[in-house]
Amino acid sequence: MVYLTRKLEFSASHLYHNPALSAEENKRIFGKCNNPHGHGHNYTLEVTVAGEPDPVTGMVLDLKELKEILEREITQRMDHRFLNYEVAELKGQIPTCENIARVIWNLLEPKINKGRLHKVRLYETPDLYADCYRNGAHGA
Amino acid sequence: MNDGLKIELGRRYRFSASHRLHSSKLSEEENRRVYGKCNNPHGHGHNYVVEVSVSGTVDPATGMIANLADLDGFVEREVIEPFDHKSLNEDVAKFRESVPTTENVCKEIFERLKHFPKAKLERVRVEETGNNTFEYAGEEV
Repeated sequence: MVYLTRKLEFSASHLYHNPALSAEENKRIFGKCNNPHGHGHNYTLEVTVAGEPDPVTGMVLDLKELKEILEREITQRMDHRFLNYEVAELKGQIPTCENIARVIWNLLEPKINKGRLHKVRLYETPDLYADCYRNGAHGA
Repeated sequence: MNDGLKIELGRRYRFSASHRLHSSKLSEEENRRVYGKCNNPHGHGHNYVVEVSVSGTVDPATGMIANLADLDGFVEREVIEPFDHKSLNEDVAKFRESVPTTENVCKEIFERLKHFPKAKLERVRVEETGNNTFEYAGEEV
């Protein structure tokens, strides 16, 4: 098995606010992430696909193809957007790293037909990231 | 959410500390041979990076596995405060009896963090320098 990873960056704004909680609770739980006007990050996404290289092309999947999937599914949807208001898949969720990573997994998994999606790692800052993978997956 | 997906949160921390690699079980000569310049009697230091990974259920109310303030506070208290700007050999009890190689530092940090009450500790990765990295996920049960 070979694990192939493609990286991409996008910039977006968000805020953490749960309307079911009081203003005070929101402030206590989310701290400065609760600022009503939002704030932004440069996100770095690492997408890992696992598979056997094709004996003819030597590729697990064509990187150009993966790049196009990422451009269409992620960059166009999330880059320079306000995640709370402009990304339908995040509607009703707090756009934390954990939740965005899961949304990205669910967007990409059905589109990757050569090899299989192994891991999504989303960095919100260089010191904070979330990983999403199938239960029981190992390696890479 | 039971969709067969596992989510982990990774967080990086930093501390700077000195150490000396020297084993009381070896002769002076063997220590010099095994540890080379890391055996310098006065020690030397590194800027360590500690990467902590935890897993758990994402709380639908907060979108979080664990509140970062809780994780940061716990790591600060258990690791950063006792290790930062310290001599690992002299100031950390564990390393009076074992050699503070980054293998052992990594295991010690894991032991200190595995009781984090809000999420499951998956693994600890320690960078001693940008070129040397050590990872520990506990013993297989």
